[in-house]
Amino acid sequence: MAALAAPMALTPAEPDVEAPIRAFAIATVFWGIAGFLAGVVIAAQLAFPLLNLDLEWTTFGRLRPLHTSAVIFAFGGNALIGTSLYIVQRTCRARLFGGEEMGWFLFWGYQFFIVTAAVGYLFGVTQGKEYAEPEWYVDLWLTVVWVAYLVGFGGTLLKRREPHIYVANWFLLAFIITVAMLHIVNNLALPVGGGIGKSYGVASGVQDAMIQWWYGHNAVGFFLTAGFLGMMYYFIPKQADRPVYSYRLSIVHFWSLIFLYIWAGPHHLHYTALPDWAQTLGMVFSIMLWMPSWGGMINGLMTLSGAWDKLRTDPALRFSVTAVGFYAMATFEGPVMSIRAVNSLSHYTDWTIGHVHSGALGWNGFIIFGALYWLIPVLWNKQLYSERLVSWHFWVATLGIVLYITAMWVSGIMQGLMWRSYDELGFLQYAFVETVAAMHPYYVIRMLGGLLYLSGALIMAYNIYRTITAEEEAAPAALPAAVPMAAE
Amino acid sequence: MDIQRLHEILSTVWVVWFVLLFTGILAWVLRPGSRDVARRHAEIPLRDQQT
Repeated sequence: MAALAAPMALTPAEPDVEAPIRAFAIATVFWGIAGFLAGVVIAAQLAFPLLNLDLEWTTFGRLRPLHTSAVIFAFGGNALIGTSLYIVQRTCRARLFGGEEMGWFLFWGYQFFIVTAAVGYLFGVTQGKEYAEPEWYVDLWLTVVWVAYLVGFGGTLLKRREPHIYVANWFLLAFIITVAMLHIVNNLALPVGGGIGKSYGVASGVQDAMIQWWYGHNAVGFFLTAGFLGMMYYFIPKQADRPVYSYRLSIVHFWSLIFLYIWAGPHHLHYTALPDWAQTLGMVFSIMLWMPSWGGMINGLMTLSGAWDKLRTDPALRFSVTAVGFYAMATFEGPVMSIRAVNSLSHYTDWTIGHVHSGALGWNGFIIFGALYWLIPVLWNKQLYSERLVSWHFWVATLGIVLYITAMWVSGIMQGLMWRSYDELGFLQYAFVETVAAMHPYYVIRMLGGLLYLSGALIMAYNIYRTITAEEEAAPAALPAAVPMAAE
Repeated sequence: MDIQRLHEILSTVWVVWFVLLFTGILAWVLRPGSRDVARRHAEIPLRDQQT
């Protein structure tokens, strides 16, 4: 075990690659605001259909994938790639494999993917598969970038000088490998040529649906969960300045997530042509996902054990810890909704939208904000401009989420109940349009929630802008790492 | 033995194999004496103070 003590003395021979990571951090803020804005616009369209503007490019159908891709792949993706490159270098005590060039290729390559995908959506170029809308030419480009990402990340792991691979990297590597597999299999398609960017998928019928939701649910499981857990396992210990509560639990958390998540996809296809056994399998594995859910929640929250007072003084840490709370809540709700009987009420309603947003806004968004508020002062060597603004961001965004998810719970459950109501003669109680009219007030509340969340992000952008452009550099850390002292 | 039968056997064996594998991981991670090693591993992100 002497080998474990040795790396303590190591100082990196070469500095870490940081410039592309700074670019990723800025891109995260930029795409976050773009994505939230698109979300507010389409939320407004649902409440006030006039806002579709009667133009094909601005209809809900085209803007909705723009919103989902912007927040998941652009905001979330830039945050994931940027932070993962930071984490892997720091915890492996090794410079990024491929150096600055690798970092810049990944940065510009990924931005090119985002822009080509988004332009396609607006012009109606889409595969029509949820979260896998980009057509074949965009898919091919993303594959190139993603393989480079795997090489850069994996290469850094291989040349590490720290003997043990820290658990955050396990989650991040699982995220990279699994997303590669999902992306390639779900996008196997035959382009039809003619310069219109159209293709037909290799699979058809229920097989196609199953592959799509195997992809779709594992995009949630490995992009939005495993990858972000990697972030959690690095940034919460850094912010709290304490090691993770239980490292052994983190390993159990990792393997239970890996073993179970990949099977949960069929719960998106309850009561469809998918065979019953496959539906039941998806449901059972979804329920078992409570295991990693609790593992992650306990580990994230208990890291604060003995240091809860930091929440009062550090609003950035408040973001990260609240994120874990939303992780717990969303991953508790998900398995409940995967139960077939519950799903018969919740499926196709706004309940699903509310569920997704408690995960996306609360867990993914907040863990990114927490990480950015910690990382940006470190990357630029500046003092954060204003803690007070972080606090404002926190409360405005939290209020936004609460408005959003409560509105969607009420609207979704109401919608589901209205759809299944019969009168005494066995006729449907409500016409579809009556359910739409009933949802209007909740759509307005949801839009206001989104507006608050967007406002919070604008506050963050201002705070970060002032931080980066501040004249003075942060005072060099006056105190060395804490050394335990003997009691007097 | 036709391919159908083989698939049935393999899919059953696969479940058993995965359960054993996962149980093995649990046993290895939680084995007595792993606590100190785990504690040192948990310190990795906090030991990177660059001066």
